[in-house]
Parts: sequence; C-alpha cells; structure tokens
Amino acid sequence: MATYSTNEFRPGLKVLLENEPCTILESEFVKPGKGQAFTRVKFRNLISGRVWERTLRSGETMEAADVVDRELDFLYSDGELWHFMTADDNYDQVAVGEAAMGAAKDYLAEQARCQITFWNDNPIAVVPPNFVDLAVTETDPGLRGDTAQGGNKPATLETGAIVNVPLFIEIGDVLRVDTRTGEYVSRAKQ
Amino acid sequence: MSGAWRPTAAIETLIQRATLLERVRSFFRERDVIEVQTATLDMFGVTDVAIENIAVPGYGFLQSSPEYQMKRLLAAGMPSCYQIGPVFRAGEVGRWHDTEFTMLEWYRLGFSLEALMAEVGGLVDLLLGHRVAETITVGDLVNDAFGLDIHQMNEGAFMQVAAAEGYADSRDAHEAADFLIERAISQLDASRVFLTEYPADQAALAKIAKRGNREVALRFELIVGGLEIANGYDELLDVAEFRRRCASDNARRASQNLAQKPIDRNLEAAMAAGLPECCGVAVGLDRLFALALDKRALREVSAFGSQEQ
Repeated sequence: MATYSTNEFRPGLKVLLENEPCTILESEFVKPGKGQAFTRVKFRNLISGRVWERTLRSGETMEAADVVDRELDFLYSDGELWHFMTADDNYDQVAVGEAAMGAAKDYLAEQARCQITFWNDNPIAVVPPNFVDLAVTETDPGLRGDTAQGGNKPATLETGAIVNVPLFIEIGDVLRVDTRTGEYVSRAKQ
Repeated sequence: MSGAWRPTAAIETLIQRATLLERVRSFFRERDVIEVQTATLDMFGVTDVAIENIAVPGYGFLQSSPEYQMKRLLAAGMPSCYQIGPVFRAGEVGRWHDTEFTMLEWYRLGFSLEALMAEVGGLVDLLLGHRVAETITVGDLVNDAFGLDIHQMNEGAFMQVAAAEGYADSRDAHEAADFLIERAISQLDASRVFLTEYPADQAALAKIAKRGNREVALRFELIVGGLEIANGYDELLDVAEFRRRCASDNARRASQNLAQKPIDRNLEAAMAAGLPECCGVAVGLDRLFALALDKRALREVSAFGSQEQ
C-alpha cells in the first residue's frame, strides 16, 4: 500500500501503527532551533479506540491503512453476530462480531443506519446513528399523569441498555436516546 | 472573508504588532544598543546539521540568522548592537515554525551570560508582563524527567528511554538526546524557564567550559509556555575551535547523507582578526509577539505566513 511522509500527515489520515489501523488526530511539526526536527502525532487506534502519542523524525514515512467507512442498515442480531445490509443498491450483507460492535450494540433499532469502519474489508468499528428510538422493556411504574414531578428512574431498553428516564415513562414507551451520551432525549414521535 | 490573497494575520493584529515593535526598539534605545541591518543574502550558509539554508542559485544562501555578519561587524569595531529581520530555514513549517520568520538578535560586549539572561528576561517582561523565571541546567532537566545523565553520551540508554517516551527510531545518541531534551521541555510546568549548561556537543558557536569533571556549553535558552523563545551564547572567540566545529558538523552531515557546507571564510577571517568578548542571543520575535497578543500560531501574527498545516 501507499506510504505517507510526516509532512503529508493531516487529521483523518489512516495509517498503520504497530500493524494496527489508526487515524491521525493531530500532527505537529516541532524543531528546537539547534536540533533535529520531529513530528509529534496523536493517533486513535481504530480497533481499540485508544489514543496513542508518538514522535517521529520529520520526513519519516508510515504505511497507509486500507480503511474505509461505509453506511449500512442494521437488520437483526442472533446474539453472537450483528447483521447489516449495505445502504447502496448492492444489498450486500455483513456480519459483525461483538468486539467490533462495542457500545453500539446497546443502541441498535431495526433499520438504524450505522457507519461501519472496514479495515482490509473486515468490520472493526460500528457507529450507530446519533439518535435511536427504542422501546422500554422494564421500569418501575410511574404515577400516572404526574408529568410535572422531576426526578429520574432507571429503565431497561429492548437492547438491554439501561437509561435514566423521567418518572412518567412506562413499559412499552418508545424513547429517543442520544447514542453518544446514552441519555434519554424525549419520548419518540409515534 | 476568504481568498488566498488575504494576509494570514488580522489587520488589527498587525497594527498591534507595530506597537510591540516600537516597544522593542525603545528597549534597546534606552540601553544604547545600536540597530544594524546586515545582508539577507550571503555567499555562505551554515554548517549546522539541523539547519538547512535556502540556496539562491548564482547568489549564495538566504541567511538562517544574522549571527555571522553581526560578528563580522563586531570584529570591525561595532559596539553592542541588535537586529530585527527575516531569516530563512528550509523545511520548517508548522504551527510555531515557518520557512521565513522574524529574528531579533543582539550582541552585548563585555556582558556575562547571566547579565544577558537578565536582559532577555527584561525584554520578555516588557512584552508579556513580569513573571519570575526559573533557572535549571539541561542536565538537571533531563535527570529530573528521565533519570538520565545527558552529559554521558550513553547511546544505548538514551535510545531506550527515547523509545519508551514514544520516539522509536533514533539513529544515534545525538538524535535521542535532542528528542529527550525537547520532550522534557514540553513537560515543564513553569511558564518561564531559563535552561543553562547545554551538553558540550550542542554548543554551536558558544564557548565550552569545565563544570566539575564535565564540559558544558556556555549557552542558555529561554522557554516560555513550553516554546523556545531565546537562544543565547557566551560567544566562541577561538578560530581554530570554530574550524574544528565546522568540520565536525560536516562529518555528521556526511553520516546522515546531508550535503556538505563550506566554512564561512569571512567569519573565519573575522575571528582570526579578533572578536571582542561578548554574549549574544537570538529571539524568535514572531513567537514572542504571538504570546503577547494571545495568538495560537506564527501565521496569526505574520502578514503572510505559510498556508500549510
């Protein structure tokens, strides 16, 4: 594959660091007046999500990583694999394992359009849409009509995720959840 | 409003910059230090391994600092003098670097290094407000940060610690040492720090002296907010030592497949004729102005800084 030199580094560039695909978050040229030039780089490992910091000699090269983001719609899960369909006209199906699913598995509603990162054509990370609508399967009963009272209680969603919700929420209510924070937004418009 | 024709700094900022420039000139006027203007183009560049002069075919090189020509002025009888002007270094572009930037450089006859450090502190106080500066030797800096003795060129230990700190492929002890010093500086908490007593092999054109059983360069840097702002020297006077250092630079260049650079015969002759005892300092004026005006990059205080990165 292609290589990139440090002076080509830009945020978003996908490279291999210690044989794992990473995206460049930040890259800074640093040179003491009387010393060697360096490039300080922050990477996010696309598999683990962790941030790695490294310093390279300016002019050094890194191998490009074959990383592509695609949009796919969630179909269903059989407990071990999560199945998606490409959002284009090809109708290809992709199965994603638990490791690559990560936190996304808590927030998938049918047909949810997700962004999946592929490395060498293997799915490594899944990002659900920012908001999903999910039904409540378990929660303590609220006091009917008591919408004015503040306070929260935990509610379990159909995916198994637990969210804090206002006291008036009942089992069966469909909620809009912000997948980035795991927070209740509102009842979903039916 | 967009358009590549526009300045990279806001007009308001450039107007403020003009006021700061006046303040710098007043500072030197009050101290009877004379403003000089040496040539930006010269037949010779520098042999320094870490600096690449920009060549101008048929004309020589754009100067990477006014040092050599200012020293020739001193050897010819010029009293303490300063210069504010553009300098050029190939391949240095980034948030705090640009191919062309503004250097403030001055030389003080008969000053000790400590006296010059105090004067640099005074200038920085004038532009940034007074703050007490810490002083630490490079040896203590690196020892505190990594438990290493920077004066013992232990290639294995330096390269190993450098790798542990995220720099995987140092080619030699010098490179690892450069990285470790830079890393330790970036981790400094204090907002103003004078670094003193550099390793002897980082002396550039400073005198080398004995401190106990080791040799150190009589050189200091002022670091403000983690940024290298000033680089000062008790200037080397010995022409034979100058020749030796240029040869050593060229040997290191050869080992790194970098072009050899001819020795500046004019500076050599000036040193043979006799440089007066003096200390000199180079200040990255754009950086200092950026700090004074609370800007986050060199191009934000320069009329037409590089557009990249």
